[in-house]
Amino acid sequence: MKQFEIRPLVEINIGGFDASFTNSSLFMVIAVSLATLFLILSMRGRALVPGRWQSLAEISYEFIAGMVRDNVGPEGRKFFPFIFTLFMFILFGNMLGMLPYSFTFTSHIIVTFIMAIFVFLGVTIVGFAKHGFKFFGLLLPEGVPWYIIPVLVPIELLSYLVRPVSLSLRLFANMTAGHTMLKVFAGFIVTLGFLGVAPLLIVTALTGLEFIIAFLQAYVFTILTCIYLNDSLHLH
Amino acid sequence: MAQFDPSTFSPQIIWLVISFAILYIAMSRFALPRISRVLEERQHKIDESLKKAAAMQSEAQAASEAYDNALAKARAKAQDHMRNAREKAAQEASQRQEVLAERLAGDIQAAEKRIGEAKGDALSRIREVVVDVAGAAIEKLSGEKPAAKDVGSAVDDALGGRS
Repeated sequence: MKQFEIRPLVEINIGGFDASFTNSSLFMVIAVSLATLFLILSMRGRALVPGRWQSLAEISYEFIAGMVRDNVGPEGRKFFPFIFTLFMFILFGNMLGMLPYSFTFTSHIIVTFIMAIFVFLGVTIVGFAKHGFKFFGLLLPEGVPWYIIPVLVPIELLSYLVRPVSLSLRLFANMTAGHTMLKVFAGFIVTLGFLGVAPLLIVTALTGLEFIIAFLQAYVFTILTCIYLNDSLHLH
Repeated sequence: MAQFDPSTFSPQIIWLVISFAILYIAMSRFALPRISRVLEERQHKIDESLKKAAAMQSEAQAASEAYDNALAKARAKAQDHMRNAREKAAQEASQRQEVLAERLAGDIQAAEKRIGEAKGDALSRIREVVVDVAGAAIEKLSGEKPAAKDVGSAVDDALGGRS
């Protein structure tokens, strides 16, 4: 579909690698700029009693801070900036995608996969740095009868290794499917003529749903990162 | 699907890393410390205000207790005064009554004495009158003036027999 196509805006080539500034890159830059402007400009007043924008920034901060505190605990404090960045990046990417004629960079599997693999590798490194070889204990829940171990460990290992795939696929599939569905129903509006009112109503409802999904998927990606991080820090 | 075209992977990865790194730096260096500082300041201010309010409340409570104490003391003192005054007044009244009763008793006695005297006086005078009347009556009847001594003894006889 046209809305998912990557079009280079400025052709750049670094050492044989294609590093062109594409429409996807443009929306990444816009998302980063908007998120930064939002969080910095809204806090400019540093008011004791916050205004609307400052409240919004503080709510975002406390939302993620609470998520990290509840799911990771006090040790998660130093990962808070990363998790906050992750949430803002995905949220702004998803929300910008809701604008007509815009590009949703989170609807590309490579983008979500790179983020997921980064989280996966980071969490694994944190686990080994903290627990050394005991980190393999993650694959072996306590109190398991010995005869189940040969079956359980491969299952646990597989479920651990599949984490980046499920994490990236979930976000990519939700975004792609949502936009495709909107496109399909919107296509019916004109072809059905007068009866097009029905798909129009559906598209209207779906648009609301897509906004919820845009937020929800950012939330899910972030909270799963927190849960994985908690596993690495505290094992089971 | 455009998503599975590997030729678009490298520019996406490169720009994802660049933009994500920039956002991370912006968040961790500038945005988040600022927000956390504002939140901390607010928490600090709230804690301080709460502490101040608690101190003020305890102060107010102490003042109210002192007031209650003073009030109770004043009330007790007033009641004491009232009781004293009442007792004193009652004492005085009974004293006065006694004095008055004494005086009245004296007066009554004196009056009775006077009455007795007057009665005796009157009685003695009656005898004289009787003697005179009897003498005069005898003189009128007999034409002769009796001796005062005889009349007197006769009257005394008559009175004495009666009294």
